[in-house]
Amino acid sequence: MRRLTIALPYLWLLALFLVPFIIVLRISLSDPALAIPPYEPIWSKTEGLRDFLSRFDIENFLFLTEDDLYWKAYLSSLKIAFISTLLALLIGFPIAYGLARAPVAWRPLLLMLVILPFWTSFLIRVYAWIGILGTEGYLNQVLLGLGLISAPLQILNTDWAVYIGIVYTYVPFMILPIYATLGRIDAELLEAAEDLGCSRIKAFWLVVVPLSKAGVIGGCFLVFIPAIGEFVIPSLLGGSDTLMIGKVLWEEFFNNRDWPVASAVAVILLLLLIVPIVLFQRNEQRQRDAA
Amino acid sequence: MRSPSWFNVTSLALGFAFLYLPMLILIVYSFNGGRLVTVWAGFSTRWYAELLRNEAFLDAAWVTLRVALISSTLATILGVMAALALVRGGRFLGRTLFSGMIYAPLVMPEVITGLSLLLLFIAIGMDRGIGTIVLAHTTFSMCYVSVVVSARLASFDRSLEEAALDLGASPAETFRLVTLPIIAPAVISGWLLAFTLSLDDLVIASFTAGPSATTLPMKIFSSVRLGVTPEINALSTILIAVVTTGVIISSLISKQAIARKARDERRAAR
Amino acid sequence: MVNDTSFAPWTDPDAAPLIEFRGVSKRFGEFTAIDALDLKIYPREFFALLGPSGCGKTTLMRMLAGFETPTEGEILIDGQDIARVPPNKRPVNMMFQSYALFPHLSVRDNIAFGLKREGMEAAARDARVDEVMRMVQLGALGSRKPHQISGGQRQRVALARSLAKAPKLLLLDEPLGALDKKLREETQFELMEIQETTGTTFVIVTHDQEEAMTVASRVAVMREGRIVQVDMPERIYEAPNSVYVADFIGDVNLLKGRARQNGSGVIVDVADGVSLTAEGEAEGPVTYAVRPEKISISGERPEMPNAVRGKVIDIGYLGGSSTYHVELPSGHVVKAATANTRRVAARAFDWEDEVWLGWSDTAGLVLQR
Repeated sequence: MRRLTIALPYLWLLALFLVPFIIVLRISLSDPALAIPPYEPIWSKTEGLRDFLSRFDIENFLFLTEDDLYWKAYLSSLKIAFISTLLALLIGFPIAYGLARAPVAWRPLLLMLVILPFWTSFLIRVYAWIGILGTEGYLNQVLLGLGLISAPLQILNTDWAVYIGIVYTYVPFMILPIYATLGRIDAELLEAAEDLGCSRIKAFWLVVVPLSKAGVIGGCFLVFIPAIGEFVIPSLLGGSDTLMIGKVLWEEFFNNRDWPVASAVAVILLLLLIVPIVLFQRNEQRQRDAA
Repeated sequence: MRSPSWFNVTSLALGFAFLYLPMLILIVYSFNGGRLVTVWAGFSTRWYAELLRNEAFLDAAWVTLRVALISSTLATILGVMAALALVRGGRFLGRTLFSGMIYAPLVMPEVITGLSLLLLFIAIGMDRGIGTIVLAHTTFSMCYVSVVVSARLASFDRSLEEAALDLGASPAETFRLVTLPIIAPAVISGWLLAFTLSLDDLVIASFTAGPSATTLPMKIFSSVRLGVTPEINALSTILIAVVTTGVIISSLISKQAIARKARDERRAAR
Repeated sequence: MVNDTSFAPWTDPDAAPLIEFRGVSKRFGEFTAIDALDLKIYPREFFALLGPSGCGKTTLMRMLAGFETPTEGEILIDGQDIARVPPNKRPVNMMFQSYALFPHLSVRDNIAFGLKREGMEAAARDARVDEVMRMVQLGALGSRKPHQISGGQRQRVALARSLAKAPKLLLLDEPLGALDKKLREETQFELMEIQETTGTTFVIVTHDQEEAMTVASRVAVMREGRIVQVDMPERIYEAPNSVYVADFIGDVNLLKGRARQNGSGVIVDVADGVSLTAEGEAEGPVTYAVRPEKISISGERPEMPNAVRGKVIDIGYLGGSSTYHVELPSGHVVKAATANTRRVAARAFDWEDEVWLGWSDTAGLVLQR
């Protein structure tokens, strides 16, 4: 019974998570000619392990370094993820702070309102912004109507639309961990700081900010990590010159049908994510130890 | 805590406006009579009628629903097993690898998961369609289920299980009569999570669907690439309404359960 | 009792109070936490606010610190109304019940926190931190974080932090509540010593009457937002002004009866054949109070103004003393405490023994409310 409980999910994940991943790795290292559809078997039964290894080919990775499209896409993904994370922090922190300071009776309802968008379709939440940000969109109509601008702003199909989209869809990930750490701060600490001579704003900077650090870091990673590999947002809200690695991968695969290069892009994307993921894990671990 | 300051009230008001205004606009304009989506042309439900006549959308919705029902159920079974293996399984060969495989899909970009699964299905010569989408969805949502369930398993008092064993229940009976009822809320929310993840997924389904099956998100994606359409507004409104109702009902149920428990405890204390 | 050389500014009508509450009320919605309260606290006092939880003592202290503003009335510090002064601008520091040590700062940085806010230069600040750390005997813990030290040490850090700015007034909110009994008793004496050497005015909030009696120069007993009695500890104990105070402080026998004047004293008829005497003046329904340790127990009728006969129904052995529960023929149970100067086996009275209880008429108190 115990064996089955372990073996069934284990084998499932080996077959449908690890093996596919090894295939990606293998294809990224294979000769483009062999891997373009119609697709060759990855290795024939007659071929031994030695042959399998000797046929490794880093050509695809070299190709990625030659074409500066990929470099730019990686850098641009990092940049977009970074700016969006910063914006999400700027918007998410005050919300989390307001939540933590709200009357206790209201908090469950407010918290549910933060979580509710999680359950609604991601695609629809992104889609909602197309109508808002377009040149004839609601935002431009309002701004023109108020006389704040004389010509419609071009926001849709620019990086700004991507920032807005990422912030909008991922800001709950920022709010929740910050709210959690803020909620653990004893109100008496703030009173103690005021008692010892701090103004309210000073007390906020000297006590609340340092004590919510773990939540801020956690929230930033929770936005940054998925933002890097994001595909839907740049392809719906971004312009043709918005470069994000998830979008490049999609296009390599579906439009150019270059599977080895798509696989190589995937491998590098994953390498790119390892550092933030490890840092995130360490932050979580430290928080658990502190608790 | 002191009474909320104007700053907190403002930041909450602006924050919730940011979170909800886009969806509200969507809902309002789904009742717009005109074809031009950004120009208000009077109240009408014509796009809902149009949507219900659109065979392609209805087919896609049916595919999505089937995929979500099957994959979330499979994912719940596998996820609970995986959680049991992680929390109660003790030491076994490759435990680290196993827990790594549980947590990795949570941070894996969808494009990579989708690509790798597609390459697997091609490598083993599997015909793509609803079956492959179900396999793909089950794989990543079982990880979410197992995280939710293992948190509950880790926090519950082990001595309850030991008491059952002590009183003569077999391990299987202990699981059925003690463990399962206690972790049931986590299992249910795991299933709901898996279900919505599956309903929501575009990227992985696009990779693994093949030409024979189209899910609703895929259908929505291909039509919104060209811009806003009133049918999609109507469809979005329906989806938002369904989800909101579901979340409100489930939170009311759990609130009632908590209230009932508190009342019973008060009564018992008297 | 009071003598002229002792510290007692409250007896001097010309002494200027450090703190004065004038008709202060505080309401939270429907609930009245503080009800039209007047109080003067003098410089260098060690003042205790004593009462059960919810009596308003914490609200009173938080109004002094500036975390609550009075709904009505005014609070003066050094003659200045401080209603509009925010907490960070008041010459008042508080030691919090939870200690409220900043978890992200070291012990030294916690203590230096207030000094940095007033812009003291680094050298002077270091010297001051060293000084207060010596004062509270913190030794070499400066670089530790609050979670790396024991509860007793945390209490000292909190005390040092609130002392560091040398405030005019130090507020202590249940400062010893989290310590175990033995450590609490030791720390009480240290607190008194620190209070004397620094000459700071201390206001302590506590629900522990022994603590209040030990440390304070004066004690205010509070009930439902009002001060019932303010006086020196020994007066509170020996001369409570009400049943509430007598009952709240220490152990007491309370017997209801009717008073009648008898010359310079009072006779209280508690029951048929039980008439007790006390000093003072009173008429009508009263409560007669007498402390157990003031009652002697003997086999023979004692030569005392008050003598009653009864049967031992229970003996509470407390180590240093024993409390005898004696039932009178009227059904009243009177407690009498005796010091255990001899071993228990050799005690004179046992269960069911007929005994005599006796006490002087100065021991009895007649309480009219």
